[in-house]
Amino acid sequence: MVRLKNAFMKCYLAFIMLFLYAPILVLIVLSFNDSRSRVTWGGFTLRWYATLFSNRQILEALKTTLFLGLGSAAAATLIGTLGAVGIQAMRKRGYQVVMSVTNIPILNADIVTGIALMLWFVRFIPLGFTSVMLAHITFNIPYVILSVMPKLKSLNLSIYEAARDLGAGSVYAFFHIVLPQIGSGILAGFFMALTMSMDDFVITYFTKGAGVNTLSTMIYGEIRKGIKPEMYALSTLLFGVIFVILLLFNLLSGKGKSTEDMIERSR
Amino acid sequence: MKRKYLSTPYIIWVIGFTILPLVTIAASAFTDNDDAFTWGNILAILEPINRQALLFSLAIAFGCTLICILLAYPAALVLKSFRLKRKGFTIFLLVLPMWMNFILRILAWQMILSKNGILNFLLGKVGIAPLALSNTWIALMIGMVYDFLPYMILPIFNAISDIDEDLIEAARDLGADSGTVFRKVIFPLSMPGMLSGIVMVFVPAMTSFVIADILGGGKLQLIGNIIEQEFVKSMNWHLGAGLSISLMLLVIVGLAFTLRNDMEERGTTIW
Amino acid sequence: MKKNVYAAGLLLAGIFLLGGCGKKEPEEYLTVFNYGEYMDPEVLEQFTEETGIGIKYEEALTPEELYAKYSSGAISYDLVCSADYMIQRMIQEGEAQKVDFSSMEYAGNIGDRFWEFSQAFDPQNEYALPYFYGTIGILYDTTKVDAPIDSWGVLFNGSYKNDIIMQNSQRDTFMITLKYLGYSLNTSDEGELREALDLLIRQKPDVQAYLVDEARDEVVAGNAAMAVVYSGEAYLGHEYNENLAYVVPKEGSNVWIDSWIVTRKCENLEAASKFLDFLCREDIATKNFEYIYYSTPNEAVIANMDEELRNDPAITPTEEDMENCEVCTQTDEDVVNLYNELWKELKAD
Repeated sequence: MVRLKNAFMKCYLAFIMLFLYAPILVLIVLSFNDSRSRVTWGGFTLRWYATLFSNRQILEALKTTLFLGLGSAAAATLIGTLGAVGIQAMRKRGYQVVMSVTNIPILNADIVTGIALMLWFVRFIPLGFTSVMLAHITFNIPYVILSVMPKLKSLNLSIYEAARDLGAGSVYAFFHIVLPQIGSGILAGFFMALTMSMDDFVITYFTKGAGVNTLSTMIYGEIRKGIKPEMYALSTLLFGVIFVILLLFNLLSGKGKSTEDMIERSR
Repeated sequence: MKRKYLSTPYIIWVIGFTILPLVTIAASAFTDNDDAFTWGNILAILEPINRQALLFSLAIAFGCTLICILLAYPAALVLKSFRLKRKGFTIFLLVLPMWMNFILRILAWQMILSKNGILNFLLGKVGIAPLALSNTWIALMIGMVYDFLPYMILPIFNAISDIDEDLIEAARDLGADSGTVFRKVIFPLSMPGMLSGIVMVFVPAMTSFVIADILGGGKLQLIGNIIEQEFVKSMNWHLGAGLSISLMLLVIVGLAFTLRNDMEERGTTIW
Repeated sequence: MKKNVYAAGLLLAGIFLLGGCGKKEPEEYLTVFNYGEYMDPEVLEQFTEETGIGIKYEEALTPEELYAKYSSGAISYDLVCSADYMIQRMIQEGEAQKVDFSSMEYAGNIGDRFWEFSQAFDPQNEYALPYFYGTIGILYDTTKVDAPIDSWGVLFNGSYKNDIIMQNSQRDTFMITLKYLGYSLNTSDEGELREALDLLIRQKPDVQAYLVDEARDEVVAGNAAMAVVYSGEAYLGHEYNENLAYVVPKEGSNVWIDSWIVTRKCENLEAASKFLDFLCREDIATKNFEYIYYSTPNEAVIANMDEELRNDPAITPTEEDMENCEVCTQTDEDVVNLYNELWKELKAD
């Protein structure tokens, strides 16, 4: 009975994973398709992987995408984490006002956020890489705050106070006591922000200057004449690299004991 | 230094890049082409065609949220029951698909669901008659559930896995059976996660338009499609701005009414 | 935690290395706005190599989208390529600068008849340089129809239920319907447009999808029997699936010319003229033609084209097809708004 239930549960999970990964499989298969059309199978080939590395436009877009993603996620994490720590210390009224405003970029349709930012930027700076960066940081911050806030709420302040009583300075205590406790939330916020930035198209499209291309805007431009197979190859590579990194990371970190775990256990 | 001043950079940022741009958009929502004040663009959402699209969007977003809950809740329970050592990895597995470009993934769904597509090919292999899914609201729904499902699984999973095991054991010791434990302990404690999930799914589902264009075959008109048309195709920014402001207000009011409890007080991290 | 920091650090370092290998930057720049995938990227690089003028290149999917971004003033574009009716609108709004095509070395490669066509929206040939052109017609799967198609009627007589792909563009969809009804596609008569709407609403149940981009693929894959497409797409469709045929129906259709203009904001007219001249040069025009496979107005390219390509009606529209076709010049704001309204009504039905 228990085994049957277990098998059923595994099947269910497998179904969910299949659902989430089905399109990824399709894209991976397409990257090996020896035809420029996505709907005809022309046999197996690796040539798109070769041509990918001689395609300067795609590599340029990849670079921009990564720069933008990591840069905006890092900036958003910094501003957002400080913001969250500060907001939490506010009185109820101010707290509520700031938190509702925080949700605006999430509540608004992307196209509205995009056009609003475009119209706003136009008044001050020429659109270019900077404007996209500012836009990405803007829509990334809420995700950081929403990830950090719950951790701050469950923060065990008594350890902090104990450390202070034992003579630790406030900065020292922050880095050694508070940060490890909210660290997982900060990291989660960073990755969430990175994911959002990599996946965004609409806001990037409206706030970017001429000549600035991310992978999303490039793919959008290609829709009309058919997506270039090199794009599938690049997506597959990116996916593979991230997957392997995560796998290694998981295996390695499984052995070590992080501060976070220790705190977790001490509770 | 007072702790609350740490949020100064954020406050400045929010004013500079969220509130003021929104004011610009609101300004264009309340004016017409001759810059005269008007309520017309805000009220335009009540016109028959727009109202119809709004109701259809509501229905789709409700359906999508409901299906996501039904799929995600058991998945979160199963994940929890496996007692994974590193829950981080599971979560990465759920988020990883999002690292492939959104448009590419939706186009891939189009290939899976189309008449001579992959799904019908596989069904044919096992002798099932082909399904006419492509370019229908079902395809649209599949695409939306696909896109938003991780946002529902993650917060529910987080909420459930934060439940103290001792609590469950205590309930068992006091004689509760599995059903009662679920009803009285697990379910109530998972609510904050579910609420976060509902917001993360319902809101983007209300405003999306790309999925409807690609998987709905352009035959289905969501309010997002209308807003997009006004902005990009008809070049009628005042109306587009008006419609989006009223949509935003409706969503905020709707959420406040449905969730009633302050989200921030109870919400769980989505990661 | 520590490991995460190292991993992030490594990633960042890798990216900086990637970014390290730059080249020397050009001093002059032109900002060019075009459709997506509408120019061989090598052409842009070659232009910079030959002239030392850098290009900031930007792409849009539709003329409306292009206009929206242009008119927001967010970026000052020097050169814009768009559809005839959008070029006309921009000329009317004073957004175009006069260019002296006669002083260009290679502009003469553009055939006279295309300059004449352009006169529909640029009467003195002062502003617009033809780039690519084509027709709108039906791409169909010969194995799925009983007889060769020669009329728009097949789309409307209900004999191909759920097997039709229409264009998800209000202009294209209304234009062919108007043509089928025997009206001018530039009509501003609300009655005629409403009649077209009624027909389209009646047709809607038979339509499998309104698509822009993937219309061709759907016919290639056999998901639909026919689709309304631009002629260049039909050529590519035939490349992937030999059973496909393209026809410009006998009732006539639209002939479109995508053209370049130099915008009012361009301060470096000399560089912009150089760029346009460069596009007309035979080797460059050939490169672009072989990248895009739309009909080219460049006589030098046509003269050296393969016999087979030159006789393909999807690449070189026949005289007969062209005579039946009209250029779209409808830019009246009231009519455009009416189009928008009717389109929403169609979609809402």
